[in-house]
Amino acid sequence: MSIDRRKFLLITGGAAAAGLAGKQTLKVFAESEARKSEGFSGRRWAMLIDLKKCNETEGCTKCIDACHLAHNVPHYDNKKDEIKWIWKEKFEHAFIEQENEFIPSDIKNKPALLFCNHCENPPCVNVCPTQATWKRKDGIVMMDWHRCIGCRYCMAACPYGSRSFNWREPRPHLKELNPEFPTRTRGVVEKCTFCDERLAKGMKPACVEACPSKAMIFGDLEDPNSEIRVMLGSNFTMRRKPELGTQPEIYYII
Amino acid sequence: MLEQAFSGSKKYWAWVVFLLVLIGCGVLAYLYQFNKGLGVTGMSRDVTWGFYIAQFTFLVGVAASAVMVVLPYYVHHYKNFGKITILGEFLAIGAVIMCMLFIFVDMGQPLRVVNIFLYPSPNSLMFWDSVSLGGYLVLNIIISRYTLDCEKKGIAPPKWLKPVVILSIPWAVSIHTVTAFLYQGLAARPFWLSAVMAPRFLATAFSAGPALLILLCLLLRKMTRFDVGSEPIQKLAIITTYAMLLNIFFLLMEIFTGLYSGMPDHARHFQFLYFGLDGNYRLVPWMWLSTLLAIVSLILLLIPKYRKNEKLLIIAAIAVFLSIWIDKGLGMVVTGFIPSPLGYVPDYWPTWVEATISVAIYAIGLLIVTVLYKVALSVRRMLKTT
Repeated sequence: MSIDRRKFLLITGGAAAAGLAGKQTLKVFAESEARKSEGFSGRRWAMLIDLKKCNETEGCTKCIDACHLAHNVPHYDNKKDEIKWIWKEKFEHAFIEQENEFIPSDIKNKPALLFCNHCENPPCVNVCPTQATWKRKDGIVMMDWHRCIGCRYCMAACPYGSRSFNWREPRPHLKELNPEFPTRTRGVVEKCTFCDERLAKGMKPACVEACPSKAMIFGDLEDPNSEIRVMLGSNFTMRRKPELGTQPEIYYII
Repeated sequence: MLEQAFSGSKKYWAWVVFLLVLIGCGVLAYLYQFNKGLGVTGMSRDVTWGFYIAQFTFLVGVAASAVMVVLPYYVHHYKNFGKITILGEFLAIGAVIMCMLFIFVDMGQPLRVVNIFLYPSPNSLMFWDSVSLGGYLVLNIIISRYTLDCEKKGIAPPKWLKPVVILSIPWAVSIHTVTAFLYQGLAARPFWLSAVMAPRFLATAFSAGPALLILLCLLLRKMTRFDVGSEPIQKLAIITTYAMLLNIFFLLMEIFTGLYSGMPDHARHFQFLYFGLDGNYRLVPWMWLSTLLAIVSLILLLIPKYRKNEKLLIIAAIAVFLSIWIDKGLGMVVTGFIPSPLGYVPDYWPTWVEATISVAIYAIGLLIVTVLYKVALSVRRMLKTT
């Protein structure tokens, strides 16, 4: 009798699990199809940063302030809990292993602007176990803060340190709340999204708009007449850690 | 069969209560972490994985090591392991459950952890790791349950069980290979980006696991009337010796490649581990202790006279276990993050919250192993008396 009951439970349980799994699989496929078509087709967003122009005003943080305000990025005074979408870093850290002892001091000491590279081959997307981060067809590496389980595998995989984790409840650490943009909960990863919410309205990213020196050029690499393409064609530019094959979409004029 | 766990001596109950107290402390610490967020750990923006993930990695090895008793017994018909295969399988069950708990407590959003299965992502090694660990747990539960059941009834195990046992052998290798792939496939972390990582993981697993099993068998002999005999213990000691030699060999290959090539990306991590970097000497004493323990263990294991002396074998087994625990459970994961990809040298050390939760998870594992061993031993004792 007990064996019969056990067998019965095994069979019915197995059938129910298979049915559920099948239904779930269909839903998942439908969802990933929807995600693939997200973003602007035929576009390939990228950014060019002219570090000479960027450093015209010493200690300028307008782009950083604009971004962090627009996206409700919490502020922490300690490095441990720090969350940043865009920040400044000295040459030796931004372009690690590329410095030499005779590098001009204005390059050596002036900071470079760093944020998510929106790589062509993003390692973070590859490792995410829940597809909470994915690549849109216009090149933006997006995040779903409601799906992220906070495993931080993407942070281990990112060679640029572009991702931050909400180690604590972020809301009490907002200096000012922007009601137009969602806040996050503790335990999820966040990073620059190239201002997808502004692009959808036909606006430029917040940092680009805030820059007083016009040092940041945002545009579409698919358009040969775009300003960014013209600039890339007429200037020598660098990308961070090109040897890793990630193909960053952030270019720098040193 | 499980009812055997509810009757025992005073000593047994004292041990169980002790473990339950530790677990209780861990539950409280976890509630605190759950409410405050992972900020209560020592992890940071730069060191995003710490003690939890390191324990997970170490314990995957312990789980996989069951294959070192299953393989000789089922494939090579080494009958002397007949008494301890079940101990190996039960140890694997305890270890896999600890692995799962360590992953769970490391999640920023633990309530969403089912998303791994709701949105399966074959491109992520974490997906494959969950699949292989889950499968390995199921395999070991099925195998140990049916073997013990049949042993109790005095009948031969069902025919279909043999292929399941054979399947569990490559599966055990796979769980630790996939766990190594979690790390060694990341271009961002040169310290982990080494083809020898998976083989080395297996070598550490097949030395630390059997070393632990030696200690457990000797403990059982002392605490209960269950004696596996000295021959299987000597066999386990030989397995431990070979695996430990391979482990050290692989480690020296890593160090040679990293330091002789002099590529800063690789060399700086080893510098941090063994000599300290930019004033951060956090792991230096630990790594040299690990080295010392490895040397002591190899001297005791390689000289037959010492190996056959069970008192010295205990010291050797403890030395192997601790040496590998330091290497994998303290050094390996954290060093991938130090220095950071931007060249900073952050610091990491677990907080009391991490320590309390980790101790509790080990206590849960010990409780599971205690209960399962109790069941196995009771069945064997019943058979002897009838």
